[in-house]
This record gives sequence, structure tokens and C-alpha cells, in this order.
Amino acid sequence: MSDVFDRVKKIVIEHLDVEEDKVTEKASFIDDLGADSLDNVELVMAFEEEFDIEIPDDAAEHIQTVGDAVKFISEKVG
Amino acid sequence: MFSLEGKKALVTGATGGLGGEIARALHAQGASVALSGTRAEVLQKLADELGERTAVVPCNLSDAEAVDNLPKAASDALGGLDILISNAGVTRDQLLMRMKDEDWETVIKVNLEAHFRLCRASMRGMMKNRWGRIIGITSVVGVTGNPGQANYAASKAGMIGFSKALAQEIASRGVTVNCVAPGFIASPMTDALNEEQKSAILTKIPAGDLGTGKDIAAACVYLASEEAGYVTGQTLHVNGGMAMI
Repeated sequence: MSDVFDRVKKIVIEHLDVEEDKVTEKASFIDDLGADSLDNVELVMAFEEEFDIEIPDDAAEHIQTVGDAVKFISEKVG
Repeated sequence: MFSLEGKKALVTGATGGLGGEIARALHAQGASVALSGTRAEVLQKLADELGERTAVVPCNLSDAEAVDNLPKAASDALGGLDILISNAGVTRDQLLMRMKDEDWETVIKVNLEAHFRLCRASMRGMMKNRWGRIIGITSVVGVTGNPGQANYAASKAGMIGFSKALAQEIASRGVTVNCVAPGFIASPMTDALNEEQKSAILTKIPAGDLGTGKDIAAACVYLASEEAGYVTGQTLHVNGGMAMI
């Protein structure tokens, strides 16, 4: 497991108040983790803060699973 | 009822008559209050009067960056922020034909844009806590209009529409967004009117008198309270009956 994944996982667990084992790479924020559109925005902002990056709106729209987030962030932070 | 014990509030325009009364009322209900305005010494005087549970956070609301940072300053000083009351406002009255760009821009910036910036910077903490109260002090003229106040009326009507949109965005997080719309309230702003203007106004107020800062402060206490948790996107008109909307 990558460091990025662990940090993303921690934010997701904290923010969505979900069980740790539910936060897999394939888990969809909305379909599997019970997020609504506002949660998604809050998560994106939390990722931006945690990793000190900017996630443009059009990129954020494509971040639907935990894996999507990890992939995007990993590419950004190199 | 209407206890604000343990709540932390930021009040802008606390140097003015209305803002001072709002701060006093919230404080009397048990809230900790961060007082903002441009004149630090006036804020400090009010803080001294109120005693404990106060903080002074001066800010020039026409300075965008300073406005963005204000909620954090208040939150740092009080240990959180549950209630935001955007009360600060300016007028630059002029018939539209004679209105300068600057008259328009200043009023929109201080009355409307500052509210947007304060809300944006306050709402995350409130959403996380699943509790928050945002109250914009608008004006009856934002709904009825008033000649010579196109800029002011636009800024105050803008605040009402803004609040309705934001209320829908964050209602699910336990954060309510409302407005209080004073009618004619005795304040330095209405003191600037001449006697003729004043008596003309009074004929239009069924209650027969100007309102007071306390009337507005009481409305703010209600909307900030636990009991008003199911009230959002509303404008509470406090105007002695001069406009029934």
C-alpha cells in the first residue's frame, strides 16, 4: 500500500465516518461509501490541503473512487 | 429557550450601533463573541464593557484578503466559530444618473462581497461540526427598493438571493443561512436623515416609530439559537409593519 493511499484512506474514514475495511481502491465515494455531492467537494478540498496540490474542477469530476483519487494525487505529487 | 451557551460568534460592524447591540445580545445569551470592525479602539471599548468571552478582531471589509482571513482569526481567538453575523454595511446614496463607479463598487464590495467571503471561509468548520448559523443583516430596501439607493438595494437584495442558494447547499449539514431585514432603525445611518425625511418615513410605519438595535438583535438571537434549526433560507423582516412581505 502506498503512502498516498494511506493518507487518502485516513481522510475518507475521518470525513465519511466509514469502516476502515470498506475503503478499498475500488470503493466509489457515492455508491459504496455513502457520500453526497457536497462530501465529494469537501473530500477534494481535504486532499488539496493534505497534499498541498490543486485539483481543478474538471479533474475532480472524474475522481469517483478512492483509487481515482490516489492515482490523480500520485501523479501530481510525483 | 434561545440559550447560546458555549457558542462562538463573529459579528462584523460591531463598531456601529446595530452591531454593538447584536454583540451584546448574543453575549447576554451566553455566546463568546468576536467583535470586528475597522476601529480597534471602539471594539476594545465594547469588549471591555462585555467582559469575559470576547475577542477583538479588527478588519477592513473592503480588503478582500483581510476578509478571507477574518473567520480564522475569530476562530483562533475563540476556539471555534459557530455563528457568523455579517452586519457591516455602508451606504453611498446617490440618484443613479449621478452615481459614480466607486459608489457602486464600494457598496457591493463591503455589503455583498464581504458576506460571500466570510461565508466561504466560515462554512467548512460549521459543516464539519454539523452545526452552524449564518445570518446576514440585509435591509427592507433590498426588497422594496428606495430611490437614491440603487447600489445599496442591489447589495442587500443580493444578500437575500445569496443566502437562499447557500442555505440549500448546506442545509444537510446542520448549517442554516438566513437574513434579518431591518426597516428604519435609529442609528447613525438614520440620524443622517433630515427631519422632513424622518417624518415622511414615520407616516409609512404602522408601529409609528423607528426600530431599535435591540429589535434587530433579538431576531439575530432567535435565528442563531438551537430552536431555529429548522428555519433556513428565510428573511426575517423587523420593520414595525412598514413592509409586509
